[in-house]
This record gives sequence, structure tokens and C-alpha cells, in this order.
Amino acid sequence: MLENIRRKIHEVSRSIGRPVRLMEVCGTYTVAIFRHGIRSLLPESLSLLSGPGCPVCVTSAGDIEAVIDLAKNRGVVLTTFGDMMRVPGRNQSLGEARAEGADVRVVYSPLDALGIAAENSDRDIVFFATGFETTSPLTAATVYEAEQRGTENFYLYSVHKLVPPALRALMSSGEVKVDGFILPGHVSTIIGSRPYGFLADEYKKPAVITGFKARDILEGILMLLEQIVSGEARVQIQYTSVVREEGNPKALSMIRKVFEIADAQWRGLGIIPQSGLRFGTEFSKRDAVKRFGIEPPQIEEPPACSCGDVLKGIKLPTACSLFGKRCRPETPVGACMVSTEGSCAAYYKYMPQDK
Amino acid sequence: MCLAIPSRIIKKDDLMATVDVMGARLEVSLMIMPEEVREGDFVLVHAGFAIQKVDRQSAHEVLQLLAPLLEQEEEGS
Ligand code: SF4
Repeated sequence: MLENIRRKIHEVSRSIGRPVRLMEVCGTYTVAIFRHGIRSLLPESLSLLSGPGCPVCVTSAGDIEAVIDLAKNRGVVLTTFGDMMRVPGRNQSLGEARAEGADVRVVYSPLDALGIAAENSDRDIVFFATGFETTSPLTAATVYEAEQRGTENFYLYSVHKLVPPALRALMSSGEVKVDGFILPGHVSTIIGSRPYGFLADEYKKPAVITGFKARDILEGILMLLEQIVSGEARVQIQYTSVVREEGNPKALSMIRKVFEIADAQWRGLGIIPQSGLRFGTEFSKRDAVKRFGIEPPQIEEPPACSCGDVLKGIKLPTACSLFGKRCRPETPVGACMVSTEGSCAAYYKYMPQDK
Repeated sequence: MCLAIPSRIIKKDDLMATVDVMGARLEVSLMIMPEEVREGDFVLVHAGFAIQKVDRQSAHEVLQLLAPLLEQEEEGS
């Protein structure tokens, strides 16, 4: 079965007759592609790039500083997903702030943070709401639930980001040279396939939403190549077991109830218009920004870090002069090294010959 | 971080369910499930919420793939 797909990929690549560059936009794929050894199955003319698919990586250093300040200086219990603990702010990470005594607690679910709020009614509890569209409906539902249960001391600091506007920003910058997109499966479970329509309609780029198995990814690649060969550009769904065209309507309406779309700061990429979620009016009393007057500081990217170019698919991690030297997973300099799903971290882990 | 894990519903109680996620029991919310689910159904679970139904066959295939992936993700995405 796999061999069959692999052979077809080689055939179609030959008939395309020029190099093809595909961008994958999901940290889980970045890791899965290495783990399955997918690159070794592909013809040399085909390259796979990792786009801005890791929400941990693109959380801005200023936002990390803002939540460290809440936990250190404002008497807040800061609750967060575990992935965020090692992400560096200006001088330290949430993990380091906790070691110095700040009240930072790792939770598996935003509902657990709400539980902490119920048990500590004399404290203010803030949940650091990170993540793409897979995660934002859950934090929205938790805000809704807080209201239902009357848990008054629960707040959210939303730095949620949206995938399609980031892809639009990449395309409109004109710097990004890709022939097609492998789109994120679980983000698309929520938003469906329609929000990506502009990739095909305006930019004439084929796009396929795939699953995570080797067969899914290879099938997705083949679908993209077949579109390229026939001169088509459409958004297709390979991951049909959980992705529908219209997404998950209930999750989408929960997002709309609580949040509204706003500009957002992406680590490595800067401010992208209309690419994030902040509180709308109905639940704004749960907004940590309002409650605590948060103004995240502007923090410059480390000058030698090429993460922005890596996220745009312009450079490979190995082309960065700091890669594997000053910048390693234990001591990340830039965004792409901060999470196991970042492109630089995945390269570092799976390409020992390049260290 | 966007990983959602196929889990089997063991018990359902209005908008909450007990699921089996790779051998562990977990309470998850059904608040944003777009369709009705029953005990025995598989759902994708992300950070304490069921986000979509998934058929048994692909649930099993994905679980096989995830086992090694999750081991190395101790940070828990
Ligand atoms: S290796 Fe480190 S410094 Fe270089 S681009 Fe990647 S994250 Fe930035």
C-alpha cells in the first residue's frame, strides 16, 4: 500500500519535471514526517518545508513577560499548558519564574484551571490561553462554564492565534515560494476546509488537509502533486474521518460567543493583521487584559536568529549559524527551538549528522 | 500542541463523559461536540474536551501511531 503510493509520487514528480516545494503547517506533522522517515521515501525534486504550525513557538516573548509579571508581581495564580513552561521571555521562562516562587501551575485542561479557581476563591486565577483553533473553542467553553457556575475569580489571557490569516500573510509577503500546502488536521476539525479557500482561489495553490499517519501524509502529498500536474488548485480533504467541509459548528459558535478577531503578535513573524482572538464584549469581565491592565512589552527578536525565515520556508534550520551551537532545545535562542514541535527543534532531534 | 487523541466513551452523563485514553480514565466535557455520542463511541479528545467523533477503525490506527509519539512528548502538548 505504502509502496504503491510512494511509486505513484515518484511517477507524478517525474512528469512534473521541476522541483516542487510543499509546506506543512502543523507541528505534529513536522515531528511525524521525521519519525516516519517520510523524506527518505520522496524523490529529490520534492522538498517539504515547515511553516508556522507550532502555536507554542509563535507565542510572543512579550506575552510570556506579561504572564510572568502576573504571577510574580500581581498575586495571581497563573495556570498554563505544560508546553509553555520552557518558552523564554526577555530574561526567563515561566518555569524559571516558578522556581523563584511565582505561583505558576500546569494544567491539562482549561477546565482544571476553572476548578483551581473554585477551590481558591480568595485568589485571582488566570489561564494563559495559547493555541490555534483546535484549542480556542475549549477556552471559550471554559469561560462560558465559569459564567454558568458563577466562578467570579477566573480570568483568561487570550493569545490565541488563527492559522488561515498567517498563511495569507505568508502568501501576500511574496517571499514564500511554495507549490502547495499540507494543512493541519486538528485545526481543520474545528474550522473545516472553507477558510483556506483563498489559497486556491486567489493564489492558485493546491492544498490538502491530511491526517498524521505515514499513509495519510503520503496520500496528501500525492493529491497535491496530482493537482499540480493537472494545473488545478483546490482545497481537498484527505483526513475525511474527522474533517468536514463546515468544521465543527458548535465549536465555532462558542469561539464567536466569547472572542472577536484582532491583530496579533507572532514570535518570529511580527504583527499579522486579524490573526488572533481577543475578548468580545459579552464576557469581557473575564478578560485578564482589562482586569490587570496588561500591556505586553515589545521584545526584539534575537538578531542572529533566522526563525522568521524558517517559518516562511525561506531557510532551513541548518542554515542558521546558531543552530546546534548556541541554540539548542535546552537553551533555545529563537522561537523555532522552544517546543519539541518547532522546526529547529525537530531538525535538531532527528538529524544528528547536522549537529 | 494541537494533538487530539482518539478515546472511547465509557460512561456518559449529560455534558460530561468518562473516556478511556490509551488505558487511562479521564473526565471530558462534551460541550462542543457537534453531534450526539453514545457509550462505546470514539471521540477525539483535546485538553479535556471531546471535539469530534471518529470511527473505530481510524481511532485504532491513529492510536498505534501515537503511542511512540506521546512517549517522547513528556512536556504534554
Ligand atoms: S536554530 Fe535557533 S537561532 Fe537559529 S533559526 Fe532556529 S530558533 Fe532561531
